[in-house]
Amino acid sequence: MPFGLLKYGLSRRYPAEPHFSAGKSLKSHYDVVIIGAGAHGAGMAYYLAKYHGITNVALLDKAYLGGGNSARNTAVIRSNYLTETGVNFYKESARLYQDLSNEFGYNIMHEQRGQLTLAHNDTTLRNFRWRAEIGKHLGTNIEMVDRQTIKELAPELNLSENVRFPILAGLWHADGATARHDAIVWGYTKGACERGVELHQLTEVEDFTIENGRVTEVKTNRGKISCGCVVQAVAGHSSLIAAKAGIRLPIQTYPLQAMVTQNYKPLLTPHVSSPQLKVFTHQTSRGEFVIGSGADDYPLYSSRATLERKEMLASAIIELFPFLQHAQILRQWGGIADVTPDYSPIMGLSPLKNYYLNAGWGTYGFKAAPVSAKTMAECVATGKPPALIEDFALERFYRFKQVNEVGATAEVH
Amino acid sequence: MKIIPCPQNGPRPVSEFSFAGAVEPRDETATDASAAWAEQVFFKENGTGVVTELWRHNPSAFWLYLERCRVTDRIIKAYPANAANSADGEEEHD
Ligand SMILES: Cc1cc2nc3c(=O)[nH]c(=O)nc-3n(C[C@H](O)[C@H](O)[C@H](O)COP(=O)(O)OP(=O)(O)OC[C@H]3O[C@@H](n4cnc5c(N)ncnc54)[C@H](O)[C@@H]3O)c2cc1C
Repeated sequence: MPFGLLKYGLSRRYPAEPHFSAGKSLKSHYDVVIIGAGAHGAGMAYYLAKYHGITNVALLDKAYLGGGNSARNTAVIRSNYLTETGVNFYKESARLYQDLSNEFGYNIMHEQRGQLTLAHNDTTLRNFRWRAEIGKHLGTNIEMVDRQTIKELAPELNLSENVRFPILAGLWHADGATARHDAIVWGYTKGACERGVELHQLTEVEDFTIENGRVTEVKTNRGKISCGCVVQAVAGHSSLIAAKAGIRLPIQTYPLQAMVTQNYKPLLTPHVSSPQLKVFTHQTSRGEFVIGSGADDYPLYSSRATLERKEMLASAIIELFPFLQHAQILRQWGGIADVTPDYSPIMGLSPLKNYYLNAGWGTYGFKAAPVSAKTMAECVATGKPPALIEDFALERFYRFKQVNEVGATAEVH
Repeated sequence: MKIIPCPQNGPRPVSEFSFAGAVEPRDETATDASAAWAEQVFFKENGTGVVTELWRHNPSAFWLYLERCRVTDRIIKAYPANAANSADGEEEHD
């Protein structure tokens, strides 16, 4: 078998298939310039080409394809939110994820193993009842479960009552899933480039020329481009790019960290999270435990990882899974998250006529990538935000109509 | 462990402190009251430079200002937020 594989790999009859066209020079004009080639930027390029026939599109990234938060997240996909807007939106994303492997023609390793969230106090129980009711009403798989069911779902979980915060009940979300994060970006970019979109890596957007409320030119480190319209999808750099277009965003930027342990034999099927202990984990198909939490405690533009956060994650996860006290940490890393006051994204129109916003994805933008990309592509193609994202407009903050998902998002992704 | 030079307690680990937001002057000239409110409440300083921030040392309830770089995390200056401390009535602790 290993020899067969090697022979296949080296055979001229099966040459390696390049996914993206490499290093062309920039054209002088594009109908759409997308800033940021993460899951959201690449996805928008794909859906613009696929559904709207718009292919004169430049997908720009200052570094390499999918090297931002799309490469750094813990890949939790779920739709157990608090608001009707939130549930409907993330539910559609979870549904789109189910078909992406077929659509791309390669495996995004989508695994629907469910998500179990734990309550250790009355406040969380109330939050769970609310989420279970709204989720059922809107057609997602969600229910509250007792300690016996929790034991069956996650036998290794520490259900002792002799701990700081004993587990009272759980919120079971059978739709919860995970997928290979890089594969999403590659799949979208491959599909977009096959349809004529140009990917330009190492191309940093530095400034804009703005005339009469429109962006006429995008200035990059590789020269100027004239443009029909511009969309920003730069996650942790949202405020900085928007500022260059003269737009202020209600965002604070925080580091967000995670780590993985050494490999274990299969021990845990669902994703498990605890808002009170501020920790979540799942076991990857390779056997590692991925461990993460909410964003850092204060704003910073840095993807550094800290010892404080490792200690906090370790002490919390050992309370849930005591056997992990012997685990070795294999890798640790950080990303940069653009957090909004209501933990919902900022999508759609901006104060400029031909400039669109895809920002504020904080700690939760991986799961949203397919639906965000699809609805934003429609918004850019038609100039009108589709109903699914109307409530996420920047303007909501001026009308005090926040879409409050803090209670469903702050400590879990 | 990151250390914050507290003017009251000396160098202490960052885990003993809470971040309470950038210190920004209120825009008293605004004509549209609700837009001004929205900006005051939701739109906080989020640039990459040095920002003056309000922090609290939790065990001693002592409020301080930090001038901190939002890219390198370097603290340029730390000094007592006197107004905040006396307004809170928590200025004295020995
Ligand atoms: C540790 C961690 C764990 C996470 N866990 C989850 C999770 O479990 N579930 C979930 O749903 N979400 C999670 N997230 C959030 C999620 O990763 C992000 O919201 C999502 O990846 C954002 O995708 P994006 O395409 O908008 O941004 P990115 O993937 O960050 O892409 C933005 C791109 O813009 C480029 N760029 C920036 N400035 C410029 C410029 N001036 N010119 C050109 N290009 C520029 C960057 O190089 C980057 O490649 C997590 C994030 C982190 C950091």
